[in-house]
Formats: sequence, structure tokens, C-alpha cells
Amino acid sequence: MKPITFQLNGSARSVWVEPNETLLDVLRGKLGIKTPKEGCGRGDCGACTVLLDGKAVRSCLILAVEVEGQSVTTLEGVGQKGPTALQKAFIENNVFQCGFCAPGVILAASALLAENPKPSEAEVREALAGNLCRCTGYEPIVKTVLAVAKKTARQSTSRRVRS
Amino acid sequence: MSIAHEFDYVKARTIKEALQLLAQPGAVPLAGGTDLVAWLRDGAVSPACLVDIKALRELRGLRVQKGQLWIGANTTFAEIIESPLVQKHAPLLMEAAGMVASVGIRNRATIGGNICSAVPCCDSGPPLLVYDASVHVATARGVRKIPMKKWFLGPRHTALAKGGLVAGFSLPIGKHAGAFAKLKRYRGEDLAQASVAVRVAAGGEWRVAYGSVAPRPLRGPKVERLLKGVKSPDDALLTKAAALAESEIAPITDIRSSAIYRRLMVGVMVKRAIQMAAARLGGQGAAYGVHVLEEAGS
Repeated sequence: MKPITFQLNGSARSVWVEPNETLLDVLRGKLGIKTPKEGCGRGDCGACTVLLDGKAVRSCLILAVEVEGQSVTTLEGVGQKGPTALQKAFIENNVFQCGFCAPGVILAASALLAENPKPSEAEVREALAGNLCRCTGYEPIVKTVLAVAKKTARQSTSRRVRS
Repeated sequence: MSIAHEFDYVKARTIKEALQLLAQPGAVPLAGGTDLVAWLRDGAVSPACLVDIKALRELRGLRVQKGQLWIGANTTFAEIIESPLVQKHAPLLMEAAGMVASVGIRNRATIGGNICSAVPCCDSGPPLLVYDASVHVATARGVRKIPMKKWFLGPRHTALAKGGLVAGFSLPIGKHAGAFAKLKRYRGEDLAQASVAVRVAAGGEWRVAYGSVAPRPLRGPKVERLLKGVKSPDDALLTKAAALAESEIAPITDIRSSAIYRRLMVGVMVKRAIQMAAARLGGQGAAYGVHVLEEAGS
């Protein structure tokens, strides 16, 4: 066992881990973080997506010992001050059905919008290509991400005009 | 617990420390882990110790030095896509990097790891082959340079000797154009059913390489000889190139594709990649990063 310390959703957390425990194992089994899901367990489905230093990664393919000193964000950390504009829009548009892919999709889409606030439809599809959803056929997900990006861009433009 | 096998984990702080650790029996380097951790989960590998090499400064960085583009082994595919230096000097590599798996993998997977995993379908193999890149291997006795042509020996088998560590790649710089075509079962993330990289320099110096259609990524000397000195290949020449390409590969049937489909599609892909590379050399053609198969076919 090795002790590791890392930032989890904005707070420092320390935990003892074995080298062969994945980050997903430790988040779910030892730290009570249940939104990252294990789907395929080999990096294809994106259900285990977390943000590592702000970037979307696969927590099923990262060993917990590797994240020492780094910053991990899960869906629990995204909604700390209530649902984000993206989450609200996903709810309003009834985007998800079973919801298994939702944490990964929301994190991947949030990372995209943080990096590229005005993505094209192709860019949205590419950013979410690694998050498999078996319910929706992706259309409502892609449309909602684009609508939120457009709305956010309009709001920030009007704020600039007023100030 | 997702991984049954037990092992030690050490994060190397210096390249010297990493080389000492890697000289031990059963020690394996860990970079992005997108292949290695998947193989650990499958029980396909059983190392005694993982040596985490992500903190090694010598393995990072993208820069031009001595007329060559240096790409550190720990450079992720996301970093390759975003690098202005790669866009300028090795656009074909950028095009291929954009087709590696998904964003979540590209944020983590490194080019050094891709080359060391050495699966026949690896996306960085064909571009590095046509760029005549050299692999810089750090060893206890200094750096050894291995030409890409001699790197891949077979599936998951490379010229890297025990105890060596890939530090990075050097690519000769020069005016050129290229195209990378990757055949997948669907849009979005997939391993290549087949891939073709084409590079052309002014004066008609052509280089061609294939992925996923032989036990290792390989160059296409027959097509290269056919095109030598040609600036704008006509239909007759493209048809010949397709036939020669089909004759210099050795595809197998597996879960992703049948051998015959791979063989016939490589003919189509070689044609379209040559056309795209020629167009780009002439200042036309689609911007890098498009899917050549979709673009040329539309």
C-alpha cells in the first residue's frame, strides 16, 4: 500500500492505495465517488471519464498512484454550486434516458466548452466520439451542447456591449 | 479490483534512475498507460514493476534543432494536434494524431507509447515511417538512434533492447505535403482496419507506408519507385499504384475486417492519399485534419 494525496473536486484527499488499483476503483470503492461508471473497462466507452488537471481522461486506464499531486474532477465537483448551464439544458431537453453515460458526457462536453467556447457541430461530435450512448442516438446531446454554447456566447457578447 | 496481477510502482525522477530501474527483471516503463493498463486488466502482461516515466523532462518537448523536428516520447497525441511546430513541419503526423481513438485517450496516450506498443494498427507508425524519423533510445551507455524502418519487428515487437528507454523522435525537416487515410468501421473512435500514409516533396520524391495490413507498419517501396519523379499522377498511374500497393501488403482476416477487404481498400486509399498529397503540394486540396477517405470520395 502507498499513501497518495491529490485534489478531488477542489479538496485535498489522502488515501492508501495498491499500485494495481485503478483510479476508477479507488474513486468508487474507497472515496464514495459514484458518478464515474465502469462500462467497457478498456477505454472505449467513456463512462469512466473524469477530468485530470482539467482534461478529460479515462479513469479505468489510469492507476490511482499516478495522480499523486494532481487535480481530479468528477461530476460531483461540477455541480457543487447547483447544476451548470449545460446540466440545466440537458435536464430541460430531457437529453438522457438511462443516464449511464451522462456523467462522462457532461464532463467531456464541459471540458470542450471550457477550451473551445464556440465549437462547430463537427468539433462537438469529435469531442464526444469517445462517449458511447446506447439510448439517444446522440442527436439531443449534440444539439444541446451547441445550443448552450450559442447562448453562452450571446450572453458574454451582450455583457461586453453593456460594460 | 480490476487488475488481478500485483506489481510495484516507482515514479522515476531522472533518466538515470529510470534506466537503472528498467534494467531490473520484469521492469516496464509506464507512460500514458492507455495500452499498458488495458493489457494489465486483460492479464496479457505481468510486470514485476512499473516505472512511471511521465516526470522525465528529457522525454518532453517539441522543438526544432539542427534542422530536425524533435518530438519527446512523452508528447501526447493531444499535444501533437495542438502544436504549431508539428502543423508546420509534420502535418501528416498531426492528421494521423487527430484520428487516434478519442479525445479522452489522446489527452493521455503518448507517441512514444504508441510506437513501443507496436500493434500493427498503430496510427503513428505509417507517418513516422514516411518522415524517415529516427527513434532516440536512451541506454546506460548513451543515446542510440534507430531508424523507423528498422524499428517494428512484428506485432508488439520492436528493436528496443531490454533496459533501453525511448526518449523521443527526430524528423528531418523539408518542404513537403502528405495525406493520411484511415479506414474504420464507423465514424468516431476505432482502431484502423487499414491505414495509408503518403508524403511527397517537390521534384516528385514519394514515400508511402501502410498500417494494419501486415504484422507491422511498413513502407511501400514498389509504389514509391513507380511514382518517382512524378508531380501529378494521372488515372493510369494511380491504377498501377493501387495494384502495386495491393501486392506489397500481407493483410489478415480478424474481428475488424477480412483480408480481402483490407487488400482492396488499400488500393483505393493509396489512390486517394496520393491525389490528396499531390493537391496539397500544389497549394490545393483540403486542409490537414480532414478524413481523406470521406473528403476525396465526396
